[in-house]
Amino acid sequence: MSLAIQNRLAVDDVVEGLRLWPLAWTLGWLDIRLRYRGSMLGPFWLTLSTAVMVGSLGVLYSTLFHIDVHEYLPFLALSQVLWFFLSGLVSEACTVFTQAEGMIRAVRMPLFLHALRTLVRNVFVLGHNIAVIVVVDIIFAIWPGWHGLLVLPAFVVWAVDGLAVCLLLGAFCARFRDIGPIVGSIMQIAFFLTPVIWQPSQLGRHAVLLPFNPFFALLEIVRAPLLGTTPSAYTWLAAVVYTLLLCAVTWLFFVRARGRVAFWV
Amino acid sequence: MTVTGSARIEIADVSVFFPLYHGSNRSLKKTVMAAASGRLGQDDHSRVVVQALRDISFTLTSGDRLGLIGQNGAGKTTLLRTLAGIYEPVTGLVRVQGSLNAMLDPNLGMNVDLTGRENIVLRGLYNGLPRPELPRLEADVADFAGLGDFMDLPVRTYSSGMVVRLGFALATAIRPQILLMDEWFLVGDAEFMEKAKVRLEDMVRGADILVLSSHAVDVVRNWCTRVLWLEQGRIREDGPPDTVLARYLGHPVPQLETAHL
Repeated sequence: MSLAIQNRLAVDDVVEGLRLWPLAWTLGWLDIRLRYRGSMLGPFWLTLSTAVMVGSLGVLYSTLFHIDVHEYLPFLALSQVLWFFLSGLVSEACTVFTQAEGMIRAVRMPLFLHALRTLVRNVFVLGHNIAVIVVVDIIFAIWPGWHGLLVLPAFVVWAVDGLAVCLLLGAFCARFRDIGPIVGSIMQIAFFLTPVIWQPSQLGRHAVLLPFNPFFALLEIVRAPLLGTTPSAYTWLAAVVYTLLLCAVTWLFFVRARGRVAFWV
Repeated sequence: MTVTGSARIEIADVSVFFPLYHGSNRSLKKTVMAAASGRLGQDDHSRVVVQALRDISFTLTSGDRLGLIGQNGAGKTTLLRTLAGIYEPVTGLVRVQGSLNAMLDPNLGMNVDLTGRENIVLRGLYNGLPRPELPRLEADVADFAGLGDFMDLPVRTYSSGMVVRLGFALATAIRPQILLMDEWFLVGDAEFMEKAKVRLEDMVRGADILVLSSHAVDVVRNWCTRVLWLEQGRIREDGPPDTVLARYLGHPVPQLETAHL
């Protein structure tokens, strides 16, 4: 099959997948409901465990780092919740297609639908964790102000990146089964190298190097507006460049892999 | 759901190769090591590839009922999956016009943690039914499957017979122009089979094109107007049921009044 045809089929796949968004929405929501079926608090277990973790880590690290807890805890709550979303999405991206094996082999569905479903599922999880941020912000009387609106374009960037990661890692991990654990350890390292529990300012003059870390750039464009500051143009530029690169790599791979995924899962 | 326009299937020189990934072949390490030692090409050659379908060509138009026969592993299910668009051919062309329903797997996308009722709604959404039509689908399936109160319990709690009934009711609830059917529908208890037969025959009559894969000679003879005998992924014979079935069986097909499932 020529590359032009493969490319057209891949475009069709994405377009058709987007048209099926109500199905992706339902499937994503069902995933959450099934995960917590029979438990009393349901998805709010997530909220509770995040709250406990943020509360205890906040007090511990503000003592270790000698930072005022009023300054540190809101920062940590926000960073931790956003990081949960990023790392959760990346690790679930590895099983996007292998988990949907039954469906992929039984009925013709655009593969993009599975990526959309994974994104929706993780957005629901994020939605439950946002309660922690809201409570912390109320306790410490923090209001991001109009800067907060800058998260909207940032969330669009996140959605695009999330879908791209799902398609890329989903197909790649279906073919090569040892990618999953590798991704897991990369995310572990990234957690420590990215200012999630420590603040960018603690790096001093080395902070200029931070945008070379893709996770920092992506985290910062959402986090800074919610803390009432504006991310630098430099950070935004980095985030957009990483997004374009990711999308380009994903597309090059997806166009070739799309027809083979049914054989791989 | 009615789709205007006549149904048509066109298959030209279709080949499907099936890469087999066993333990070591799936590994990234192997691939990287092979590349690093300048033997990337070898990976391609050492990969075991099953040629599931080779140079298949045929055309079906409205009114055709095609039966697929052949031994296990002859490529019948692969051909159905290719027609359904699940597998993409390596070479050749598959053109399908008209709404299509593939009854390949009785548990198609069924989630055992969801209740029977929730699974019905989900299937409706898979098939792109608009939400207002879902209650009608639900009533139809619930009525046919006859599961009573089990409808509101998770499928996990069903007996295997009940799962088959629900799967069958779901698969036959949506009437397509093109019906692809694997032989799994030949299971179930006797009382249910009677009901199932009536519903299936109704559905088969309603479809413009039927492609049926079966080992049951009677069913193929009774329902099909054309038979394709597949052998090792190639078309061995293609023609009217009596002629092809006689060669396939090695003796003339006994004349029967009615087919029994």
